[in-house]
Amino acid sequence: MLDFPILFASLLNGLTQGAVYALVALGLTLIYGVLHIINFAHGALLMVALYGVFFLNARLGIDPYVALPVMVPAMFVLGYCLQRLVVGRAGHGKDENILLVTLGLAIVLENAALAAFKSDTRTIETAYTFSTVNLAGAMIAVPKVIAFFGALAVAALLLALISRTDLGRAIRAVAKERQGARIVGIDVEHVFAVSFGIGLACLGAAACFLLPAYYVNPQVGNGFVLIAFTIVVLGGMGSFAGALAGGFIVGVIESLGGLWLGESLGQIGIFLAFIAILLFRPQGLFGAGRRA
Amino acid sequence: MTRQNRRQFLRQSAALSAGAALGFPAISRAQSGPVKIGVLHPVTGFLAYSGNLCRLGAQIAIDEINSGGGIKSLGGARLQAILGDAQSKPEVGVSEVEKMNEQGVSAIVGAYASAICLATSQAAAKYSIPNVVDVGVADQIVERGLKNTFRFGPGYRTVAEAAINDLHILNTLAGKPASTVMIVHEESLFGTGTANLLASQLPGLGYRIVEVVKHANPTRDFSNIVLRMKALNPDILIPANYYNEYALLLRTMKQQNVAPKAIYSVLGGAASSFKFVKEFPDVANGVIDCNHWYNPKDKRALALRKKVEGMKDQFFTYEVFLNYQSVYLLADAIERAKSSRREAIIEALAHSTWDKHFMPYGPTKFVNGQNTGARPLVMQVLKGDISVVLPKEYRQADPVFPWKA
Repeated sequence: MLDFPILFASLLNGLTQGAVYALVALGLTLIYGVLHIINFAHGALLMVALYGVFFLNARLGIDPYVALPVMVPAMFVLGYCLQRLVVGRAGHGKDENILLVTLGLAIVLENAALAAFKSDTRTIETAYTFSTVNLAGAMIAVPKVIAFFGALAVAALLLALISRTDLGRAIRAVAKERQGARIVGIDVEHVFAVSFGIGLACLGAAACFLLPAYYVNPQVGNGFVLIAFTIVVLGGMGSFAGALAGGFIVGVIESLGGLWLGESLGQIGIFLAFIAILLFRPQGLFGAGRRA
Repeated sequence: MTRQNRRQFLRQSAALSAGAALGFPAISRAQSGPVKIGVLHPVTGFLAYSGNLCRLGAQIAIDEINSGGGIKSLGGARLQAILGDAQSKPEVGVSEVEKMNEQGVSAIVGAYASAICLATSQAAAKYSIPNVVDVGVADQIVERGLKNTFRFGPGYRTVAEAAINDLHILNTLAGKPASTVMIVHEESLFGTGTANLLASQLPGLGYRIVEVVKHANPTRDFSNIVLRMKALNPDILIPANYYNEYALLLRTMKQQNVAPKAIYSVLGGAASSFKFVKEFPDVANGVIDCNHWYNPKDKRALALRKKVEGMKDQFFTYEVFLNYQSVYLLADAIERAKSSRREAIIEALAHSTWDKHFMPYGPTKFVNGQNTGARPLVMQVLKGDISVVLPKEYRQADPVFPWKA
């Protein structure tokens, strides 16, 4: 099993899978960093995005990658509206309430999908689903390679948005000091909604990259939300670099763990790493230390 | 409670019990009129593909029987299908059995998957509803002393023994080129039971098991399992899974250029599936499967095959013909019982000698609910078609073992 070609292939599989995990975690960490809420509905919203990509492909024949310019803005609008009309209102400003609201949202979404689409697992077939790219002897599926570079591109875009634009500056201000931002005239409610929207837009992109090599059913979000949380805490809550690094680390651990210990037991590696990080560096890899 | 509330309560409970009393005659009246047959399969969830094919087979049989005059000993009574969806979960299957019982079914055909059948046959036993198990191969289903449970097809012990013997025959005839085996099975009752039987019996014939890998349902990524296969390089791969995972496993192997000397499936989910052969001919080519199959020389089987293939997007798979036969078996029992009462049907099934089927089983004989003549056949995908290769009396083509990709 310690054969290098096998290990190398497993490593590459892990990196490509990790890139998608990172994309999901990026959205989650942004939402936490700005709104200081744990979005329990993140997995369910990914499921909604996956169904969106699925039906665009099944009913309208749109290729999942071509669907990016449709899904990303659509998910952004959904996120904006959700925050403005549902989460923000129902929370009455208290963080504990918002936790329950997002949890409730997750349950509603999952069961609405179950009622509308039944529990069947759906997949899509594209011309390149089984094509592979030969990387130094390891045959990596094309959708996974595209997912890798796509996730990196989206992460770079997000970083540029946050650091270079006025909106990004406003987001950072609200994240750091909510009242102060309000005093200097930043529309905090608008920034909340925009951040939620961007978080969901990341999910829209992740769904486009994920579906060609994966599947969708109403319960698919549950697995992802758990991994996304692990990554966010592992990387440091609110840190983009952390979400990215955490995503890759978790992806590789999952892949190598699966190779050595089998698919089910292999997941243990992720949680062992999680516990280790929490023990020795509780703020996460790139976490900003304790807030005052 | 105020006086008004108590009166209201009494009034309401009187109305309720009157209503219930009126309702009862309706249930006993259900004995005349159509004979209700519960058709219970997982038509949604991860087994949806197979479940829908099962339902198709059962419905074709019911339609044929009805258009042929129904149950003649009951004055031409029609069979009425009460459809149930087990949603690929045993507990949902059980609640469907409860619902079917309330609707007054005389018998239940189902529920395809071993894990679900284990639960539904037991639930049906509570109400003495005869349950003809259509596929469910786990031996526990018919080994619990339940008088209501009958299985027309073989269990996995029978299939595993036949599979191992036939594998040994093929290997010996070819000069014993294969000695190492890797088993990849799905994690529920069917896959685990089959894998355990194989792993315990193969070493006795000189084969070394290099690995037994189990996977969940659904699994959408077999990269790691295929990488392990690449590393271990077994001579023979034995998969035992449901359709989607079987198809994905073989496609991933093709994608990664992993080709063992033989893919010898035991109850392989897609191995003897015309759908798989049609959609992925280059992946399916050469695959051997020890599975449920019809007598290839029987005209009735060929006629049904033609009928099913004439339907849009349908394939003649074991789910279809096993359910078709199970319904006919049941109809024969109802005919001989001359009654739609559950106990009478159980009695008739227990003494069934029905032989008007196209399976390679001989006349039906149930011992403890298992049809003793039931057995699998060994097929291979050759030249884009599925041909029986063993045993010799049903052979349609010579087996190619080992397989050169």
